[in-house]
Amino acid sequence: MTAFIRPLGALALAALTALVLSVALGSVTLAPAEILAALGGQGEALSRTLILELRLPRSLAAFAVGGLLAVAGALMQVLLRNPLADPYVLGLSGGASVGALLAMLAGLGSVLVSGSAFVGALVSTLLVFGLAHGRGGWTPARLLLTGVVVAAGWGAVITLMLAVSPADRLPGMLYWLMGDLSYAGSPWPPLVLLAIVCLLAVPLGRSLNVLARGAMQAAALGVSVRRLEWGLYLAASALTAMAVTTAGSIGFVGLVVPHMLRLLLGNDQRLILPACALAGGTLLLLADTLARIMIAPEQLPVGVITALLGVPTFLYLLYRSQ
Amino acid sequence: MRRLEARELVIDVPGRPAGRALDICVEPGQVWGVLGPNGAGKTTLLHTLAGLRAPRLGEVYLDGHPLAALKRRQVARQLGLIFQERHDGFPATVRETALIGRHPYLSPWQMEGAEELRLAEAALERLDIAHLAERLVSTLSGGERQRLAIATVLTQAPAIWLADEPTNHLDLHHQTATMALLAEQTAEERAVVMCLHDLNLAARWCDHLLLLYPDGEACWGPAEAMLVPEALERLYGQRLATARVNGAPVFVPVR
Repeated sequence: MTAFIRPLGALALAALTALVLSVALGSVTLAPAEILAALGGQGEALSRTLILELRLPRSLAAFAVGGLLAVAGALMQVLLRNPLADPYVLGLSGGASVGALLAMLAGLGSVLVSGSAFVGALVSTLLVFGLAHGRGGWTPARLLLTGVVVAAGWGAVITLMLAVSPADRLPGMLYWLMGDLSYAGSPWPPLVLLAIVCLLAVPLGRSLNVLARGAMQAAALGVSVRRLEWGLYLAASALTAMAVTTAGSIGFVGLVVPHMLRLLLGNDQRLILPACALAGGTLLLLADTLARIMIAPEQLPVGVITALLGVPTFLYLLYRSQ
Repeated sequence: MRRLEARELVIDVPGRPAGRALDICVEPGQVWGVLGPNGAGKTTLLHTLAGLRAPRLGEVYLDGHPLAALKRRQVARQLGLIFQERHDGFPATVRETALIGRHPYLSPWQMEGAEELRLAEAALERLDIAHLAERLVSTLSGGERQRLAIATVLTQAPAIWLADEPTNHLDLHHQTATMALLAEQTAEERAVVMCLHDLNLAARWCDHLLLLYPDGEACWGPAEAMLVPEALERLYGQRLATARVNGAPVFVPVR
């Protein structure tokens, strides 16, 4: 247990630092004293509004989404016993994107766009699971193949929709596809979901460790494999759906953060899952801060920054490892 | 006292007629060897006995309870499996791998403690791989991996060992050491069922044998009654010469 506290403590500290930075920096830079005053309900009305109603909710949402994606990615990798799996590998983001773009095409508001994205994610989840089940049982390989093909189908539908959309809707749609936190809404649902999953990771972590060694081996060691795999699939889907609904499809976090942490911390899921929540959150928080300030007052799509930050870090770690 | 029983058991090998149903009872202290040519269903039988595959007909009982009705966790405290093939998806060290043998005994909220670590270290020591404890499994040789798989089941300490070709990849010394380790289990009222390709190991170490023919036929009984050259020649479709060394029969294939 003590072996877990040090890395998690360091990651929590990094997350806190990133949170402070993201609240302080922006088109208007605020001093720490002003932030503290605003958090305490004092200070100027303008900076209070800026912090409590604009920056803090967005920062918390960014953290939650990053954490959800990284944890979902780690869960998918265990479920499919495949290191290349990410939260989107089973076509979930495709379904969500089609839902969101349909709502945008219809000119609906951001709440309905989110709702529609969630429905899309759900439809895709059920579709993939139903098809992969087929007449026999499903195996990881079959689930993966079904997911990849369904994702390709969604991709074609998205391209078709972009091709026939009126030009004035295109920028909003493209931003959504690349990930955009400016319509995030309340950060609490994703944050609460993230906290619940991290708490569940503690008692389920050892079973996941065993499952990572193969279904037969896990069953021989007393894991109810079918039930655990169902749970994993549903949990990873719910996390991804929540993340996609909050911030559009942000690539890369779910694939790379779990791997970075495995290279650094080993492969005990009881450590990796909470670490993913913290590190994924921190990465997206930093990326979103950069996306806001680099060409302020214009904003860049956050998905671009996560990749630009993550690719060199990951390649460096991979190069350095044995 | 743990008894593993197969009643009217027909294993599910796709596209094969039912053949003869198995009625065997593995008592504490017995060492069973399962012999048969490639594809006869030895591995399928072992997995069926472990409850990892559904039989076509019949049922497996652990201490009189149908295996399918027991919780996997309960079963895992009684039955340990050495698999023939294993795949390592994610990197893990040798020590971590041996430690998962304790999984069925720990509650979800429990972490592996000093006692678990001691058992794992002792098992690694017993299999001569304690010096590899920090190494990644992916860097081990085939024989070292095989010994690690055995050490994991030793850490699990089940009442009944189901071993699929436990001497695979092992050098001569470690083959003998492994068979001695398995035979030693019976002193503690444990039982062993193992699939073997080496007739001579079976003749030397097993007290009961089950011969599985590719067409689903089978026969079983005390080892000395089963080690009939004619039956073995028919089993493998191979002519054999027999000698006796140290009182045990030795079979040598001849052209």
